[in-house]
Amino acid sequence: MAKYAFFLGCIAPLRYPGVEKSTRVVCEKLGIELVELDDASCCPAPGVIRAFSRTTWLAAAARNLALAEAKGLPIVTICNGCYGSLFDAAHELNNDAEELAKVNKVLAEINMEYKGTTQVYHFAEVLYKEVGVEKIKAAVTNPFEHNVAAFYGCHFLKPSKIKDLEDPEDAHMLEALIEATGAKCMPRKQPMLCCGAGGGVRAGFSDVAKEFTKTNLENIQASSANYIVDICPFCHMQFDSVQKDLGFSIPVLHLCQVYGIAMGMSEEELGFSAHVVPVKL
Amino acid sequence: MILTEIKANPEFEAQLAKMGGADVKMCFQCGTCTADCPSGRRTSYRVRKLMRMAQLGLKDEIVDCEELWECTTCYTCVERCPRQVPIVDIVIALRNIAVAEGHMLANHKPTATNLYTIGHAVTVTDKVKEQRKAIGLPEIPPTVLMNSNAMADLTKILKATGFDKIVE
Ligand code: SF4
Ligand code: SF4
Repeated sequence: MAKYAFFLGCIAPLRYPGVEKSTRVVCEKLGIELVELDDASCCPAPGVIRAFSRTTWLAAAARNLALAEAKGLPIVTICNGCYGSLFDAAHELNNDAEELAKVNKVLAEINMEYKGTTQVYHFAEVLYKEVGVEKIKAAVTNPFEHNVAAFYGCHFLKPSKIKDLEDPEDAHMLEALIEATGAKCMPRKQPMLCCGAGGGVRAGFSDVAKEFTKTNLENIQASSANYIVDICPFCHMQFDSVQKDLGFSIPVLHLCQVYGIAMGMSEEELGFSAHVVPVKL
Repeated sequence: MILTEIKANPEFEAQLAKMGGADVKMCFQCGTCTADCPSGRRTSYRVRKLMRMAQLGLKDEIVDCEELWECTTCYTCVERCPRQVPIVDIVIALRNIAVAEGHMLANHKPTATNLYTIGHAVTVTDKVKEQRKAIGLPEIPPTVLMNSNAMADLTKILKATGFDKIVE
């Protein structure tokens, strides 16, 4: 059985607990063992914390990576932001002995060392490559037969130079994962347009972030999709929290929640009470 | 003909290079980045211009401009830049330089403070505790939030890397 250290991050456990819960249930059903990554912190957030101090960002990320290394496990995340941060930090530290030595000087203050061995995976990648679409299809008991918009976000596939998962200009992975539940992904304009929240723009200039989201919502509406399916709690929060102001009401689901529905979880367990845009199945 | 490279601001160039922005010199100002930038479509931020300002070492102008914070780090430009300029890394490096000089947006302070005080980017609300409990999760997730020793460790790291000064 595949075994991973489950990196929770911030937004899923502290704003959309249903995303965390459905991940746990779905992983069990699919034979992925999640081990708690006790004592982990914020990844730290790549757009804000890394923008304030790259040195702090790298050292705090290294602490998270070292916690997983001590367990001898790769990390799995359910958030593009955490994935962006931890993957980038691991990529840098695992390949650059000089940077690693610098970070270890900081970690020495807490009697910790990072050897540079932790691998970081996004949940969608694990589902697609390790579990496989056929096994997911076989686990579906309650098909999710709706027209949906697949929302990749930015930091799952990009920067493609180091991630090397799929061509971000011609990606199909998420559509395949979603359609395994019986849903249909509706083609739309600008499918890779950023939700607007990243890089500290949501906190810094919420109106600018909203302008990004508005274009996305218009394109999604025009495609006749009835749900937005994301793989990032931060995109999720952006879509969920600004729609009311913008006059839209398209329910937002994380892929783990869609799988939860398709695999028979109850509405209560899926944590829809935390959503601003009502989710009625 | 003798070509002389004029270094407008060698100090800044060195500072930027140290922070991972050395490859800004690779930019040949084609403008592909600005043409594809979703932020530039909605704001006055022009990424090609920012790269030029960085090449010219216009530090005072850069650290003071709000547009520096309008990049969502979507990587569209990075994917398409014909010179493979690591634009987002450069934006991050420029922001680091700005923050080190005290130019942090007021709206960003709470996120920095949250990390410093609780180890997460957002706060823990009573509402979320209830929601967690209702779906069978522990009220508080098993992170630094649950272990004060782990939080103390994180604080040491944040202090050792000067984050306390940013928060103050
Ligand atoms: S696309 Fe690259 S080379 Fe062209 S202006 Fe932008 S950063 Fe410079
Ligand atoms: S990463 Fe920033 S500069 Fe580049 S296209 Fe996206 S918003 Fe524009």
